[in-house]
Amino acid sequence: MKENNEALNLKSRTFRESTGILNLKVQKEALKAAFPHTFPVFTGFTFLGIAYGILMNSKGYGVGWTALTSFMAFAGSAQYVAITFLTSVFNPIYALLMTLMINARHLFYGISLLDKYKSTGKLKPYLIFGLCDETFSIICSTEPPEGVNRNWFMFFITMLDHSYWVFGSTFGGLLGSMISFNTRGLDFVLTALFVVIFLGQWKTQKNHKPAVIGVLCSIICLVVFGQSNFIIPSMIAILAILTVFRRELEKEGVQ
Amino acid sequence: MTLTSVQTFIIICMVTLGTVITRFLPFALFQNNKGNNSNITYFGKVLPYSAIGLLVVYCLKGVNFKSPANIVPEAIAIICIILLHNWKGNALLSIGIGTAVYMFLVQMVFKF
Repeated sequence: MKENNEALNLKSRTFRESTGILNLKVQKEALKAAFPHTFPVFTGFTFLGIAYGILMNSKGYGVGWTALTSFMAFAGSAQYVAITFLTSVFNPIYALLMTLMINARHLFYGISLLDKYKSTGKLKPYLIFGLCDETFSIICSTEPPEGVNRNWFMFFITMLDHSYWVFGSTFGGLLGSMISFNTRGLDFVLTALFVVIFLGQWKTQKNHKPAVIGVLCSIICLVVFGQSNFIIPSMIAILAILTVFRRELEKEGVQ
Repeated sequence: MTLTSVQTFIIICMVTLGTVITRFLPFALFQNNKGNNSNITYFGKVLPYSAIGLLVVYCLKGVNFKSPANIVPEAIAIICIILLHNWKGNALLSIGIGTAVYMFLVQMVFKF
């Protein structure tokens, strides 16, 4: 009898979990469980978002553009680089290629989460859309507490991170339009961001060849093709060299 | 604004499209199998490292080696970032201080 009851309980619980849409309590619990995990991202996104908003503003793009970009693209480094597309000659293909290159790492995130996202139902498109670096690292390393719906838990991690980014950059855009200060040199935040990511990767990845290939190909192409034309040749050179040395690199291992 | 509103919107859409492609592609390709496409797996592993290398060079492409005022602030700020990052290992701190140092140098020391 007791066993029967337990089985029934379990059944109703899984039923509730899978149809959590109708039950607001499920979402509330998931939100409560998700929030503490996202707090470090809140700090980071507020800081980088403010810098982004101020920078956009200093280039003549008001808070509306900033909020729209953060909401639609939700890709920090690509958005920072996009500022350079917004301030030069109109070239959408170039913007697309550069974004693909910058965000190539997301391919790997997707592959790692194929299983976890498998039965997420109608939340799946948004979960994939919002899969930025920070969300990926939380979702990879965190399991919801018992009794909390896992799909909604992952949804709220994604949604909170997304809203921090929109909030931070919007706030930065407003700040930039209200307070006037000398923003000369603020562009360097982009360089600093990539140098820091580069250093972080250098530390965690023992095989430095892919990083060195990236730097060398780009420098050579910069010298050969000049400032305004070197990106696409660099991408081709990088892809070619990575393909040529594929067997070696796979043997040596890249985590 | 350098571009017109329509052009700006198109650029934003391109950045969105590029991001959406990289995020959805694995799920679209491997809906039913386990994701053994070795090409995607290989480039997903190595490309992030090369891409960041490219981006560092991209950010520094304007540095002019012929004039010291155009290379010293960058060099000092990057050295600060490397030292600070090795010491504290806090990404935001390194980015914040590095940018502040650079802004100070170009606004106060190398004003031209």
